[in-house]
Amino acid sequence: MTTALSEEEEALVVTHEVVEVRPSSRKRLITGAALVVTGLVIFLAWGIGARNGDAAFQVSQFGDRWQIGNLRFPGGAVAMIMGVVVVLLGVGQLVRGYTKSQMRWVVAATLLLFILAFLAWAGTGSPQNPISLSGLVQNSITASIPYVLGALAGIVCERSGVINIAIEGQMLVGAFAGAMFASSADSLGIGLAAAMLGGALIGILLAVFAIRYIVNQVVLGVVLNTFALGLTNLGFHAIMSGEKNAAKYNAGATLGPIKIPLLGDLPVIGQALFNVNIIVYITYGLIVVIDVGLFRTRWGLRTRAVGEHPKAADTVGIKVNRIRYRNVVIGGLIAGLAGAALTIGGSGQFNANISSGKGFIALAAVIFGRWSPRGAIAAALLFGFTDQLQITLGIVGTPVQIPSAFLSMAPYVATVIAVAGLVGRVQAPAADGEPYVKG
Amino acid sequence: MTATLAKGPPADDSPTPPERINPPWWRRALDGYLYGNQFVVTLLSFLCALVFGAFLIALADQPTRSALGYFFQAPSDTFSRAWTAISAGYSALFRGSIFNTDSLYSNGGVPLFDPLSNTLVNAAPLILGGLAVAVAFRAGLFNIGVQGQLIMGAICAGYVGFKWHLPAGIHLIVALLAGILGGAIWGGIVGLLKAKTGAHEVITTIMLNYVAFYFLGYLLTLKGFQAPNSTEATTSPIDSTARLPNLFQHVHSGLIIAVVAAVGCWWLLSRSTLGFSIKAIGQNPFAARTAGMKVERGYITVMIIAGALAGLVGCSQVLGTRQVLTQDVDAGFGFDAITVALLGRGSPIGTVLAGLLFGAFRAGGVTMGAQTTTPPDVVSVMEPVMVLFIAAPALIRGIFRLRASQGGGGGAAALAKGWNG
Repeated sequence: MTTALSEEEEALVVTHEVVEVRPSSRKRLITGAALVVTGLVIFLAWGIGARNGDAAFQVSQFGDRWQIGNLRFPGGAVAMIMGVVVVLLGVGQLVRGYTKSQMRWVVAATLLLFILAFLAWAGTGSPQNPISLSGLVQNSITASIPYVLGALAGIVCERSGVINIAIEGQMLVGAFAGAMFASSADSLGIGLAAAMLGGALIGILLAVFAIRYIVNQVVLGVVLNTFALGLTNLGFHAIMSGEKNAAKYNAGATLGPIKIPLLGDLPVIGQALFNVNIIVYITYGLIVVIDVGLFRTRWGLRTRAVGEHPKAADTVGIKVNRIRYRNVVIGGLIAGLAGAALTIGGSGQFNANISSGKGFIALAAVIFGRWSPRGAIAAALLFGFTDQLQITLGIVGTPVQIPSAFLSMAPYVATVIAVAGLVGRVQAPAADGEPYVKG
Repeated sequence: MTATLAKGPPADDSPTPPERINPPWWRRALDGYLYGNQFVVTLLSFLCALVFGAFLIALADQPTRSALGYFFQAPSDTFSRAWTAISAGYSALFRGSIFNTDSLYSNGGVPLFDPLSNTLVNAAPLILGGLAVAVAFRAGLFNIGVQGQLIMGAICAGYVGFKWHLPAGIHLIVALLAGILGGAIWGGIVGLLKAKTGAHEVITTIMLNYVAFYFLGYLLTLKGFQAPNSTEATTSPIDSTARLPNLFQHVHSGLIIAVVAAVGCWWLLSRSTLGFSIKAIGQNPFAARTAGMKVERGYITVMIIAGALAGLVGCSQVLGTRQVLTQDVDAGFGFDAITVALLGRGSPIGTVLAGLLFGAFRAGGVTMGAQTTTPPDVVSVMEPVMVLFIAAPALIRGIFRLRASQGGGGGAAALAKGWNG
């Protein structure tokens, strides 16, 4: 790197000057004020609103290899400190203004502090009945796996320029096929494969109608969801109803957890991350493959090119529609896996409308994460966390009862706020949803 | 727009137009078929959906499936059993929705108009919901938020209906207005977000659907909303003064509201200035803005109108069909409204016809589920299949070897636009 350059050579070196654009004063005022208000909410609601006394958390579960004592700290005080930190972050934005990349970290930190302060507050509710941290993490991971997979499916599809509202339908068919084939063939492997193929089936329909017949992709997605719901309801009532049929076609076998030695014994995260079923391990793999693949490989470059500017891609000889077909079907396979996580990777048996809007939450995660794998996964984890929080809090009891309906609403409200641009404008791939017709 | 522009005096050097030849009716009908006009495509899509449904009925039938196991020994077994199942299913569909021959016998027969009135009861909310989607469609907005809007409308109408004890006449009107207002606000939020921030209406409507759904669930556990001394998530029944009066059989006056709303939408879209600008915005928002129309205000207005129509679906459900507010007040009408509007190609008249057809499907589906072994879910597969075929006329033309039509895309479904559009 530091080899001496001649003068001529030095003139040829291209240096990248990163120009950091500070936001306009109006935008700074709005976002800064929003941060300050969030900080005050944390301070007042979670800090002052906490009960006197310690918040208690259980670190180790019964039967863990390493037993660690319960964690205790004054919940209200900790929440207040966190509130002050967020207020200071907001003041920083008001006074100086953060750059775009800084802002991303600020928003992430604020969200994290909000959640931690909330937990500290919730922990003061009943110190004799501590919140189990490992249980919290474990349930969050379990709840967010379908969201993560659904979001990855959406990203693979939408980055290539085909809107995928049919994630819900793909999940549903995947869940159905997984449960049915695992049960009738008495093989979980076949069930897993069938689930993926079931998702891909809806993916193929999406691809053919969107690319070949140029149907509006949003309309198409909605219609395909209705189709999948009707089809799986029909299958459920026609094939799986009755005790005899249920035993044959919907026996409800589930994939067992596979424990990784040592890692699986880690406190708090061990059980949740390294003693899980095969679908979760596949999910880890897919996260890496898609995140690296999308930004570091030829496939990823082509996918993004086709999704942003298909004409330019076509000009350099990329087969636009072929890439789109491939990505939509891959997305279907992944969404089918998400469906499998609901049946053979979760509760076992299929039920009518088992996905119940999870595909739409996955879509929300895609948008919330701005069509980037990392952002979408973070959003999916957040949504999974709020999902199971109501269960945990219902058991523990918080200082003030929070209606579970409001926790259920949280992901949807957050997404509306995100698309409304309050956290920064959300921009889809430029050609997302636009069919490409040569000529 | 082009029609008015073309009315100017023709230039002198233009060639005289060729004399218009009026072909005989049979020739026009044949051309209509060969070139696959909208009516023919719709009819053939219906046919395809029926065929697809028949396959599903056969597959869902236990005897047919077991006969399929030894198909090559005795193929006729499979076909005869499948035929039995299909004919039983479809005749039940017809009996439950249009006409039941049993009603011709005086003893134990079904009242003559019973099936038809079931169809109409289901058609009213479908038409209203379909209009809520169709009107927004014409402005280029895809309103999938009928579910949320109708829930909000139902909450407001229901609250007025069971909580405020007003004199007869006024009570119903106030309840209806409350329902309209509830839906209009929920729709208006979407329009406002679209206008002010550019947030895509599809995303916001999906999300607001769930917010409304959980909000209703929360309300139904609240004191003062939940019926006193009830452990179930339901309100007290609606006061008799706020109920939609019955017309005949069990058809309530929600049907009249639907017809009036359809006529109103027709007038709005084809006779009013507002409708003209709505359509202009839908065709090309940039051109509309250049022509001096306020596109943003148009988005808000049209979503308020759509929300109000969806609110009326809630009214029809709470004040008419159910007469009580429960968690499942939506009854799937929110999403079926989308298929109705797509089938009706975004026009009020088409929406009415589509609403009647799907109303018949729903009514017949109940009979099918009750009187045959076929689950009524077959119907809810046939609806999207039909819409899929209609959205892809090229597929229908391919199947039936029709010639490519000169114009005419997939109707409302051909409005191709992306997330950023």
